[in-house]
Amino acid sequence: MSNAAHPTPVDRPRSKGGPAPALTHLGGATATRARELIALYPEPRSALIPLCHLAQEQEGWLSPEIMADIAALLDLTPAEVLGTASFYDMLHTEPVGSHLVSVCTNIACLLNGAMELLEHAESTLGVNAGGTTADGAVTLEEAECLAGCDGAPCVQVNHRYVGAQTAESFDQLIADLRSGARAAEIPTHGTLNRVARTTGLQADRDQIANERAAMAEAQAQRAAAAKDTAANKAGA
Amino acid sequence: MPVTGAPKIITGRIGHADSHTLERYLATGGYDGLRKALAMTPEAVVHEIDTASLLGRGGAGFPAGRKWAMLRQSPVTYLVVNGDESEPATFKDHLLVERDPHQLIEGVLIAAYATQVSQVFIYLRGEFALGLERVQAALNDAYSHGAVGNDIFGSGFSVDVVVHPGAGAYICGEETALLESLEGKRGFPRIKPPFFPAAIGLYGEPTVVNNVETMSNLPWIVLNGGSAFAALGEGRSTGTRLFALAGHVNRPGVFEIEMVKTTFRDLIHAPVLGGGIPHGRELKAFIPGGVSAPWFGPDEIDLPLGQDEVADAGSMLGSGSVVVMDDHTCAVRASWRITKFFARESCGQCTPCREGSGWLEKIMERIETGNGREDDLDLLLDVCDNIAPGLTWPPQQTTICVLGPSIPSSIGSAIQMFRDEFLVHIKEGGCPYG
Ligand SMILES: Cc1cc2nc3c(=O)[nH]c(=O)nc-3n(C[C@H](O)[C@H](O)[C@H](O)COP(=O)(O)O)c2cc1C
Ligand code: SF4
Ligand code: FES
Repeated sequence: MSNAAHPTPVDRPRSKGGPAPALTHLGGATATRARELIALYPEPRSALIPLCHLAQEQEGWLSPEIMADIAALLDLTPAEVLGTASFYDMLHTEPVGSHLVSVCTNIACLLNGAMELLEHAESTLGVNAGGTTADGAVTLEEAECLAGCDGAPCVQVNHRYVGAQTAESFDQLIADLRSGARAAEIPTHGTLNRVARTTGLQADRDQIANERAAMAEAQAQRAAAAKDTAANKAGA
Repeated sequence: MPVTGAPKIITGRIGHADSHTLERYLATGGYDGLRKALAMTPEAVVHEIDTASLLGRGGAGFPAGRKWAMLRQSPVTYLVVNGDESEPATFKDHLLVERDPHQLIEGVLIAAYATQVSQVFIYLRGEFALGLERVQAALNDAYSHGAVGNDIFGSGFSVDVVVHPGAGAYICGEETALLESLEGKRGFPRIKPPFFPAAIGLYGEPTVVNNVETMSNLPWIVLNGGSAFAALGEGRSTGTRLFALAGHVNRPGVFEIEMVKTTFRDLIHAPVLGGGIPHGRELKAFIPGGVSAPWFGPDEIDLPLGQDEVADAGSMLGSGSVVVMDDHTCAVRASWRITKFFARESCGQCTPCREGSGWLEKIMERIETGNGREDDLDLLLDVCDNIAPGLTWPPQQTTICVLGPSIPSSIGSAIQMFRDEFLVHIKEGGCPYG
């Protein structure tokens, strides 16, 4: 059955009419990708988290300048960007090392020696969980469950699973990260998704206008229905 | 015979190393379910899923067909797939997302057609870096194959699918928090009523939210018929289900198992499933459905893996994760770590949850480190009672979402089952297990 009466909401006109915002920190190619991401959503703000991930690809963390650029792209205030970003563990508002090593200590990993592994990691790296090594190579993190509990204790590097670790294999892992031996498989911190969307729908402008009108009408109908119910209640 | 002869409905393909590719998918019947669905009316597809009596696999266990049938009475605008999978010890969606992304996409497209939705978002937890790449690559291939986009397979039905990364917050698995997150905001759950996603969801529009595993079942159900699915399992728990088994077992992993026909004993001990407890140790306790669920002891090991069967015994199958603790496990330490998780992940909107989890964590930590006080057990239970009055199961809700009322489960279970261990920690300032 065709759903032409409710065409796909894509390729919406985004521009509010004003000039494109001036960006100070996001590079040209990144800014282009950012605009592509924004175009995927019915509301620009939905692209906030994807844009934060994208920005972290550039510097590894969200500097105030980068957040100002994201805000400009989404027509938000920098405070709104920070307000959202600070809620999420993966969005860093302070600099982090080039490898984020996350050791899960939640229940399945706890039962399989995760606390001991974390203590080992802290002592060999010379930092407490949350800290970054002096050479900037590693930030160590005590993580909640990473959904890799069959390989416990579970460790991720830059959100890539590296399998269950022993104290010895952990030391080897760190050495490999420092020497770049695993760079192909584990990109530096910030690169989350190396596969870009290659296709999209190109619905025509009329379809979009129809869809918007249908949506507005449905909304109006619901509002009217709600009002009716309220009125009935008040009348009864 | 611990493992029934039930077919592998959603894990049949993952034995192949290239199970995530379009080639493998097409060679194993891929997108046939979608083609079949597109030739049916949307109502007929909903009816098929209703007949299957497929229960949602995200935790709450609401029948998917019923949810959609209700929605079909008023047009739905968005379909959102919940791939946040952050309930501790749950790792089944991880497998589906990385190893069979086309199956997920096909399921999503069938659901979109059944509910006549033209915009879908697949929300995956940000820590699934490989999963995000796999699903995006699969989507790119599916677009080229004509399975997604405008006029799919020449049916006149058009749909767009966007993969959306989360950024590390357990609470975003709760469906209304997920929608807030998808709107670019902090993951604060919305109050229900009025904010049931089906009524006021994404951008205020009616929205269907379903779990990754729920979606992944749809191609098989459409191809083989709802009654073939319903013929498996028993009672309300039909079909097969993925169970993520972890903790003290020889063979931790994800197993697809026919519901009700298999018991926890089978899951933990059968050589082809958990393979028993390492080092010849005995079972002390197990958590049957994610850390939000009350624990079970050896007496409950013969319970069948069925939604109602586990609920009647005072816990829940929840997210389908089973954690096994052997007899060398310190119950205080285990419940302390679970409590710490909730304290870290409470979103902070509701006082009982935010303050309660913080207090419980502090008290548990001092007991665990040998600094507990005489009246700490009463204090713990009192704080638990303030979060979920009466400490009943299912718990009373005093908060916006059910994260809060889930916090007391582990402490309540641990104190009830292993009170002596708490007393030893408090009186002797140390752990009997070293
Ligand atoms: C604190 C909390 C966390 C949740 N986490 C998840 C999750 O990670 N994945 C999921 O599918 N459902 C999760 N749920 C359940 C969802 O709110 C929702 O019921 C589910 O996605 C609906 O899909 P289903 O009917 O297919 O199961 C969570 C619920 C709560 C209260
Ligand atoms: S119960 Fe806890 S997690 Fe849920 S909304 Fe309230 S504070 Fe947030
Ligand atoms: S408990 Fe550690 S990855 Fe799940």
